[in-house]
Amino acid sequence: MSAWAQHLPALQVGVPLLTTPIIVLLRPHGLAWAAATLTSCFTFFIAVMLTLAVLDGQQVQYSMGGWPAPHGIALSVDAFSAILLLIVTGASTVALLAARQIVNAEIEASRQPLFYTAWLLALAGFVGILVSADAFNIFVFMEISSLASYVLIAGGSDRRALPAVFKYLVMGTIGATFYLIGIGLIYLMTGTLNLADMEVRIREVSDQKPILVAAGFITIGLALKAAVFPLHLWLPNAYTYAPVPVTVFLAACSTKVSLYLLLRFDFFLFQPNLLNHNIQFSYFIMPLAILAILAASSLAMIERNLKRLLAYSSIAQVGYILLGASLVSLIGLTASVIHMFNHALAKAALFLCVACLATRCVNLRIDSLRGVAKQMPWTMAAFLLAGLSLIGVPGTAGFISKWYLITAALDEGLLGVGLIVVVAAGSLMAVYYLWRVIEVAYFDKTNEGTKIVGEAPLGILVVCWLVVLSNYYFGLAPWLSTTLSSAAAQILLGQVP
Amino acid sequence: MTVFFGVFLLTLLLIVAIAMVRTDNLFVAVMLGGIFSLLMATIFFLLDAPDVALTEAAVGAGVSTVLYLAALALTAEREKIHTVHQIKALVVVTTTALLVIFATFDNVQFGDPTAPVHVHVGPWYLENTQRYMDIPNVVTAILGSFRGYDTLGELFVVFTAGIGVLFLLGARPKKDTEAAETLIPQQSETSEGLRNYLIPRLTGRLLVPIILLFGLYVQFHGEYSPGGGFQAGAIIATGIILYALLEGEAAALRVVPQWMLMALMAGGALLYGMVGIVGMLLGGQFLDYSVLADNPVVGQQVGILLIELGVGMTVSGVLLSIFHAFAARDKY
Repeated sequence: MSAWAQHLPALQVGVPLLTTPIIVLLRPHGLAWAAATLTSCFTFFIAVMLTLAVLDGQQVQYSMGGWPAPHGIALSVDAFSAILLLIVTGASTVALLAARQIVNAEIEASRQPLFYTAWLLALAGFVGILVSADAFNIFVFMEISSLASYVLIAGGSDRRALPAVFKYLVMGTIGATFYLIGIGLIYLMTGTLNLADMEVRIREVSDQKPILVAAGFITIGLALKAAVFPLHLWLPNAYTYAPVPVTVFLAACSTKVSLYLLLRFDFFLFQPNLLNHNIQFSYFIMPLAILAILAASSLAMIERNLKRLLAYSSIAQVGYILLGASLVSLIGLTASVIHMFNHALAKAALFLCVACLATRCVNLRIDSLRGVAKQMPWTMAAFLLAGLSLIGVPGTAGFISKWYLITAALDEGLLGVGLIVVVAAGSLMAVYYLWRVIEVAYFDKTNEGTKIVGEAPLGILVVCWLVVLSNYYFGLAPWLSTTLSSAAAQILLGQVP
Repeated sequence: MTVFFGVFLLTLLLIVAIAMVRTDNLFVAVMLGGIFSLLMATIFFLLDAPDVALTEAAVGAGVSTVLYLAALALTAEREKIHTVHQIKALVVVTTTALLVIFATFDNVQFGDPTAPVHVHVGPWYLENTQRYMDIPNVVTAILGSFRGYDTLGELFVVFTAGIGVLFLLGARPKKDTEAAETLIPQQSETSEGLRNYLIPRLTGRLLVPIILLFGLYVQFHGEYSPGGGFQAGAIIATGIILYALLEGEAAALRVVPQWMLMALMAGGALLYGMVGIVGMLLGGQFLDYSVLADNPVVGQQVGILLIELGVGMTVSGVLLSIFHAFAARDKY
């Protein structure tokens, strides 16, 4: 075991990546799903092992091909990447466990191996970004994850996914290109691609012009991919028309991986190097975060389609994550990282409920869910409980992140009071938009002529409840998430002068 | 002289780019795209980057032009005019360009030997390639071994693209499946390529073996001269696509059938990965080729040869699969 333990960072990427050429060849029905799910489980297991190593205080480093760092490509895992690894691999695993029936219904058997291959490629791309310590290598894995995500979103039987995914493709490609331009400029000034080496060498760069422009390009590019408020236009339709299991997977992790990169680059490279960049960062990000919370929540309040409603809610949650980060304080960053974790839990649970509904309902307009709670009591109970976590009721995971966020805001004096008002308003709006669904499902009479549909298949329901209950576990015993988040915040802040 | 040629080529590039944006004829745009890539390849060559030039020529000017044409065959030739976003797009593009120009203003000069990129990792590669690998082409050494993990990633980008196209174009409306299956045999007899055009067919047939042979040369000579798996895969795919254009798609599928394409795609990616895993099993790090043979230098050479083969297999498999996926599309 110990011989393999040192290879864990490479295996984290290697396992999902190298299984894909095998899965694409698996013809017998259902085998591709089983293999993909097993691989995803194993990837999650590796992520847990890496997290344990990080919690143990080990420095997890790996040199690809045995070449030392600035010349070869290095991998490294710290608390910040560990918590994201848990989110990504966990989300993929639960989504795959719940995916089988829905994928069988939407995609013909001959194309399923290709679908699951694309899924694992997306997973490998995300974890590849998270473990990498090399700026160009991150771009390569960003390409893998983006291409595979486009394929997954367009994969369902809903033809409206195609224009949605084309928009995502164009905006995502612009984002990736901006990132690459930024990396190119930094390479021009430092001559290195290794992040740790870059961090050291960038301090000696006397001419700040290219670095400033690089900071702009990288921030905007990643903000595009992370659906930061005015750049979120690709997200609602992409999430709405994607097959539901894909939405569960991507909603839980894809924007968060870009946010991870955004924070990492900003706090590791630009804040130590650029004069007053922490203030610029606050002034730039904070208004966007506030707008995201208020505007996206308002859109969710009037939205009629359940999936799009939750998608708008996701944009608002990106706002909370950035709001914490924009305070550039220890508690603020902790709130930001912990909300990535907790929002992934809540949103995965909610979209899994949607997956349950999708197995029985013709469409997912809120109108057509009238009285559905009578027929699917377990599903709607799960939705209610997961919704409480999204709102941030005490006892749930969502409460922990709101608590940290409010504590962080209180340190800021008058500005903090304003921020608390925003957070409270956002939470009230969440109560409203989730209540609309609950009200229709519980208190309205069933539509005339609707067939009696019954509860969702047991397999999906069990996975759904598992995630719902973990919302409460991490709400009542948040040791893991708080430890990792505060360690991550310390790592990020350690660089700021 | 280099500067003179550079300015000349860049001016041409600008003209071609503007023409490409201005035209509403998609066929013209695709052709201009091919010229654009050829100019880029020349510029890369001028900047002493023959490896990149070869890739740009093979992939940009060669295969992607053919793939665009194959896609164009499924749609209209003329673009529908959209004026709504043009101003916005112009603003974004102009801002981006101005920012990049601002960032590179009076900074690192072209060819400056004291620039950061020339004094940090670059010299290390130049000094140590000989010692660790004993091959003359440093670019191959960097791509194949020093940064072999990136190349593995790039290969999987190509693989993902192939999977995506096969998955999305493989979709057909459920009702039509049976009808389509009965329809294919009739249709494929009519797709005969240029069978009835004597001159292109004869000259084309002469070219195919030369192209394939050149592809193999680029594949296996990558350690000594510009080239490697990516370029070779693209060149070999081009040769077979030319054959498909001359003799009809069905004939090309008889030579390289669908299952073989899939095996190439998956096999190449797997081969690359396996080299990495074997390195790990033999006690090195992932993708460490030094442990593959008793002599680490020989191990590196074996490793690079194997991974380049994997790259060539997957790239040619993916490009041909994409071509066939487009070509088969009008059958149903």
